[in-house]
Amino acid sequence: MPKVTVDGIEIEVPNGATVLQACELAGKEIPRFCYHERLSIAGNCRMCLVEVKPGPPKPQASCALPAAEGQEIRTDSQMVKTAREGVMEFLLINHPLDCPICDQGGECDLQDQSIAYGRGASRYDENKRAVTEKYMGPLIKTIMTRCIHCTRCVRFSEEIAGVDEIGALYRGEDMQITTYLEQAAKHELSANVIDLCPVGALTSRPYAYEARPWELTKTLSIDVSDAVGSNIRVDSRGREVLRVLPRTNDDVNEEWISDKTRYQVEGLTRRRLDKVWIRRKGKLEQASWDEAFSTIAKAKAGSSIAAIAGDLLDCETMFAAKTLLGALGSTLIESRQGGMAYPADNLAAVNFNSTFAGIEEADAVLIVGSQVRWEAPLVNVRLRKAAKRGAKVFIVGPHWETTYAAEFLGDSLDQLQQLPAHVAEAMQQASKPAIIIGGGGLVAGALAPALALAEQWKLVREGWNGFNVLHMAAARMGALMLGFAQKGGMADIAAANPKVVLALGADEVDFSQFQSSLKVYIGHHGDKGAHAADIILPGSAYTEKAGTYVNTEGRVQFADKAVFAPGDAREDWTILRALADALGVSVGFDSFGELRAAMTAEVPALGVEGLADYGALPKGDAKAKATGQIVYPIKDFYMTNAIARSSPTMQRCSAELLHGEDFAEAAE
Amino acid sequence: MAERHIEADSPELRARWGNFAWTAENAAKAKEVVSRYPEGRQRSAVMPLLDLAQRQVGAETQTQGWLPIPVIEFIARELDMPVVRVLEVATFYTMYNLVPVGRYHVQVCGTTPCMLRGSDDILAACKKRGMKKGHTTEDGLWTLTEVECMGNCSSAPMVQINDGNYEDLTVERFDAVLDALARGETPQEGTQDPARHTVEPVGALSTLTEMAKSNHDYRSEW
Ligand code: SF4
Ligand code: FES
Ligand code: FES
Repeated sequence: MPKVTVDGIEIEVPNGATVLQACELAGKEIPRFCYHERLSIAGNCRMCLVEVKPGPPKPQASCALPAAEGQEIRTDSQMVKTAREGVMEFLLINHPLDCPICDQGGECDLQDQSIAYGRGASRYDENKRAVTEKYMGPLIKTIMTRCIHCTRCVRFSEEIAGVDEIGALYRGEDMQITTYLEQAAKHELSANVIDLCPVGALTSRPYAYEARPWELTKTLSIDVSDAVGSNIRVDSRGREVLRVLPRTNDDVNEEWISDKTRYQVEGLTRRRLDKVWIRRKGKLEQASWDEAFSTIAKAKAGSSIAAIAGDLLDCETMFAAKTLLGALGSTLIESRQGGMAYPADNLAAVNFNSTFAGIEEADAVLIVGSQVRWEAPLVNVRLRKAAKRGAKVFIVGPHWETTYAAEFLGDSLDQLQQLPAHVAEAMQQASKPAIIIGGGGLVAGALAPALALAEQWKLVREGWNGFNVLHMAAARMGALMLGFAQKGGMADIAAANPKVVLALGADEVDFSQFQSSLKVYIGHHGDKGAHAADIILPGSAYTEKAGTYVNTEGRVQFADKAVFAPGDAREDWTILRALADALGVSVGFDSFGELRAAMTAEVPALGVEGLADYGALPKGDAKAKATGQIVYPIKDFYMTNAIARSSPTMQRCSAELLHGEDFAEAAE
Repeated sequence: MAERHIEADSPELRARWGNFAWTAENAAKAKEVVSRYPEGRQRSAVMPLLDLAQRQVGAETQTQGWLPIPVIEFIARELDMPVVRVLEVATFYTMYNLVPVGRYHVQVCGTTPCMLRGSDDILAACKKRGMKKGHTTEDGLWTLTEVECMGNCSSAPMVQINDGNYEDLTVERFDAVLDALARGETPQEGTQDPARHTVEPVGALSTLTEMAKSNHDYRSEW
């Protein structure tokens, strides 16, 4: 632990810290462009210059200089001031003066730092350099004349995303950042370079010229596009959500989000259900809330009513539905729309126990039926880190492009019974072995044999639980905590032949199982569920209601409401509350606060932010066998939910990046 | 510095170079080059392999050689590295040609010492023969590039043509070199001044005269 002095303040810094980090620890701001905590050190912008003694009598780049015992660091001397002004002046030589038409304006590091550390006026009157635009795909807009060559984007794609597609060509003032042959960036995290770019060289193409940052209302929220529960900030203006940015949470998404998280919000203003609809003679007609409620009441369902929870739901909505059904005397609630029926009595067995941060430390990982890159891109980032540290990764399932070294063992679960010797040995000898079961694995029945393997390999040991299930639905863990699981899954619900089925944003259900039921769809998008429904009650999307979400690690997180739902749409719980009145039962809450209180009274873990405790893993059954063929559930990364399907940007990504349609000529 | 760009990727380019592979001789050379690097560091061979590929392209096209995109991709496959990383290297170093060049790549140094010693005349002589910076003459013989200091300042002005340096040029000496090349001969490389064999002083020693006989410490005289 070296001791250094920063501007006269003596502090102790951790071993291996850089001078820049030491200055930050001392509370000093060091301007920077190329340095980024999560990327390797490049040291090429020179903005972080400080004066360090002992050392050469010239300013030094603090980001690339290790802090050493007895250093005297100055960030406030005349030398540092002049050095910063000099670097700033050089950077601005070739930077265009186009802030008024630049989308980065108002949140640009170059702008801010030139005001804080620059000279104030330019002395340069030669010609400026200009660089042609580069096509980087439907998400990233480029204005490369603005690039200051910090190479953050290059380092991100190589180090974090694991897809080397961005590079710096040529050299000196001719240096240009581009994707290989200007092909579209083709991975699920590509748009993070927009946040990383300190200037306006890489900006968001769909969000181009939409708003200035100071016009936006910022709401803290949780993403629902997968079960990772990325922490996001929803930026809205008036009633419209304009963009989504990541929030830093080292336990969950670090500071990245997937492209779907970022761009599905465009779908929030399209294909919306904003009126009540009732199907009469096979055709949907507009109706009033009263008509809809009385039609449901007329069905006289009594206790013959079921509720199916969709993938994007918050816990409050599910709890409200459960309470309503309970008041009617029914327990027909289910969330695994596709028909999965794994046992859900012990949640530890269906949880991502090692946690996302923990899986980075695993040294042998067996993935069973998960296309991690599509099911949870941010978990793939963690796995890549583990692999970089030397973890061995084995995958049972059809081949997909991993971003790290991995061995594919075969497509069927038979493999679990006859693992090659080196795999079993690697798992047995690992100090932190982990299994990850994905959606494909669950469907094929991998849970029981995996639990047996977990016992055999002692996946649970002091300070480590390596048994993981990777869900894909944001609502899944919350739903299971609330009991939205029948023993036989959807089949049990269908067998009960309920008179009324409440489909809560449930779009992936096979509604042909409910031919004779009155199907009531409560949700926000005119998607598969609404097409099958007899009555449509317009509800709220995740940005339009406050709610509790539990991610696949069992992490309870709260989201705030950013905007109001359009038209007649209401927050889902209020619809269920009103329905209770129409059906003549009492649910015992009249406000969101009371609802939440009732929910946490029933499931206390839902009231505490952080990891829920699910107890110990169930005993594995050594005789458990499964022979299913693994099929990955996600066929198209960009089209996995109703909101994303309605987003023109996601549609274009799907067409261009996955189905190879050519849009390149549409580029500027 | 001359503006560089990559020859656009096109079906014709793919058709011509898509099947690029080492000749038997170069395959052996490439193997030897790669084996110079420690295990796990094979990618370090990217520069010599790009050079070898450029020479093979040169041999096939009777030019100095260049690096078409499919050949760059071939090197990336050979070394199992992302192609954009290979492209970065190829575009960084000016001795890799990114567009087709002629039989002889005439690189005229135009930096100050050469300029003071008459590089403008050399460039004018090139122009007279129909060469244009960044272009190849119609007969495919000459490609002209103006470059920065090549480290031959003490025998300035100089020109580099393919692998040879021709120094102490005057317009006449330069013309003689080009004529010889055009006839298919191999002119003597190095200084073209008959009175010099290398970069020894021209005429009598004019600086550091004390040093001529033995080592001398000048510091006290500053
Ligand atoms: S495009 Fe942006 S992130 Fe990439 S090197 Fe240029 S300034 Fe840096
Ligand atoms: S931040 Fe240190 S050189 Fe860029
Ligand atoms: S200036 Fe021409 S070789 Fe140095």
